[in-house]
Amino acid sequence: MTGATVPTKPGRVAASAPQTTRAITVITKRNLLRNIRLPQLLILATVQPIMFLLLFNYVFGGAIGGTLPDAAGGEYINWLIPGLLVQVAAFGAGQTALGLTEDLSKGVIERFRSLPMARSAVLAGRTLSDLIRNGLVISLMLLVGVLIGFRYQTSFAGLVAGMALAMVFSFAFSWIMATIGLLVKNPEAVQPAVFLSVFPLVFASSVFVPTQTMPGWLRAFADNQPVTVTVDALRGLILGEGALLPGNSVVGQILLSLFYSGLILAIFVPLAVRVYRRTVS
Amino acid sequence: MAYPIVRVEGINKTFGGTVKALDDVTLEFPAGIIYGLLGPNGAGKTTLIRVLTTLLRPESGRAEVAGVDVLADPKTARTKIGLAGQFAAVDDYQTGRENVEMVGRLYGLSAAQSKSRAGELLERINLADAADRQVKTYSGGMQRRLDLAASLVGEPEVLFLDEPTTGIDPRSRLDVWELITDLVKGGTTVLLTTQYLDEADQLADRIAVIDEGRLISEGTSDDLKDTLGGSVIELSVAPDRETETLEALRRICETEPTINTLTREITVPAVEGAKTLTEVVRALDSASIVPNDLALHKPSLDDVFLTLTGHTAEVETEEPPPSAGRKRRLRSK
Repeated sequence: MTGATVPTKPGRVAASAPQTTRAITVITKRNLLRNIRLPQLLILATVQPIMFLLLFNYVFGGAIGGTLPDAAGGEYINWLIPGLLVQVAAFGAGQTALGLTEDLSKGVIERFRSLPMARSAVLAGRTLSDLIRNGLVISLMLLVGVLIGFRYQTSFAGLVAGMALAMVFSFAFSWIMATIGLLVKNPEAVQPAVFLSVFPLVFASSVFVPTQTMPGWLRAFADNQPVTVTVDALRGLILGEGALLPGNSVVGQILLSLFYSGLILAIFVPLAVRVYRRTVS
Repeated sequence: MAYPIVRVEGINKTFGGTVKALDDVTLEFPAGIIYGLLGPNGAGKTTLIRVLTTLLRPESGRAEVAGVDVLADPKTARTKIGLAGQFAAVDDYQTGRENVEMVGRLYGLSAAQSKSRAGELLERINLADAADRQVKTYSGGMQRRLDLAASLVGEPEVLFLDEPTTGIDPRSRLDVWELITDLVKGGTTVLLTTQYLDEADQLADRIAVIDEGRLISEGTSDDLKDTLGGSVIELSVAPDRETETLEALRRICETEPTINTLTREITVPAVEGAKTLTEVVRALDSASIVPNDLALHKPSLDDVFLTLTGHTAEVETEEPPPSAGRKRRLRSK
């Protein structure tokens, strides 16, 4: 018996660039497939923002309409849509946290982690599939918005650019949510965790109403936080510079929004991957 | 002993600074066998599997799988292992085939390779007929088998199975046992954890008993049973005759008889087998004690576990079933 050696296969070590890309594609497709095979997930995810849109528009619209900048063309829906695009982008990113906790609780993450593949592939695939999903949800909401009277006041190119900016923000936010999901781990506990982290940012912002009437301390926060900056950039692109606070430029808000998204990615991509590498359910 | 395919040396892992999940665990075993890690819930079995499958880093110690240092080179280690965790880690909205093909693609196989490998494996686990159905239509046992297939995609040298039969029905359990046995015949080495004593007894060539993070015994099933020194006699008497019975037994045995506080079953080592049994019968008879039940048997792993740890395994079963029969229900102390 002595001297017997373990037969070794040539180490098929993964994580070369093409293999990583392939792993990301496989994971992305897998996640998207879930939305197709369980269509109720996507339907509910779409119905909710549309409900928000209708409620806010018809409940608040009359009261708020008069206080809006002229750029909104006197219609609350025009003011609301850019805000809701960002709000839905932020809440939709919460799906990343939920999806990861579900995979964790089923042991799927442990299976993935035991495979010879890039450590970043699962998270990249997850955030990418959520980006695609959120793009679809946002587009459908926009369509309903158009049906009830939303019109862009600048150009179609401005609208498309605004959507793109919202998607960049959504993608960055997904990485925050990935970190939260991996830390919280439990699918039930993660929902309030997502809510707690998104809700204040969305409400203490210019999403629903202009910030001018907020108390000074709150306004100082609201005017400068990433959600407001991104919403304002979208309003600038979709409604024109008149929709912005005096002294702010459209380009300035776009750059600031991109800066925030970049900053979030710079912090949370490495952080999420780091947490992922240690996460066991 | 052949070159050990798994070697664990002085592994320590603590959770939350206080809970010692693994306490200086050292073990090794050769290729081509089924190695069983036996212990109750929370004993550290899963933690050890996680260390060996690169999921968890211990505070100290060394771990080697198929000649690869798991801690220094986890990437290469992952090409040598397969893992099926405590729950079937399969997507219920994908078909069986899609699940296995996906793992193949993630493993680094081409689309065509993944396809043929998945077909092969599904055939092997007897799921070819159900391969194109979504997994949500599968029974628990089928999902487990599919999960096993997924863990085999990379043709692992060592397969880690964490409680492969927990929570599935007895029939499926036999299917999984058969599958594992077949795998080992085909040259795979299997490390499995279990809290079922009969499972370890049936399947494992070698067994490590683990409790509260410590390896308390290691050897073949027979080795472990021998630690009790051969057969034992088990008997039960009417409650009001227990004291008398114990006294009668003490007169003929060198070892102190033990009594299970729960089942009231009295156990004495049968040093000379049937001869001891005869002596016990005589002693009882002369004291006019009629036992309710009296049997001679080779120690089960239940007995081993009780002796080694001072408490029993299978802590899950809270209520003793109406007819406990010979199989002892086990609970902590």
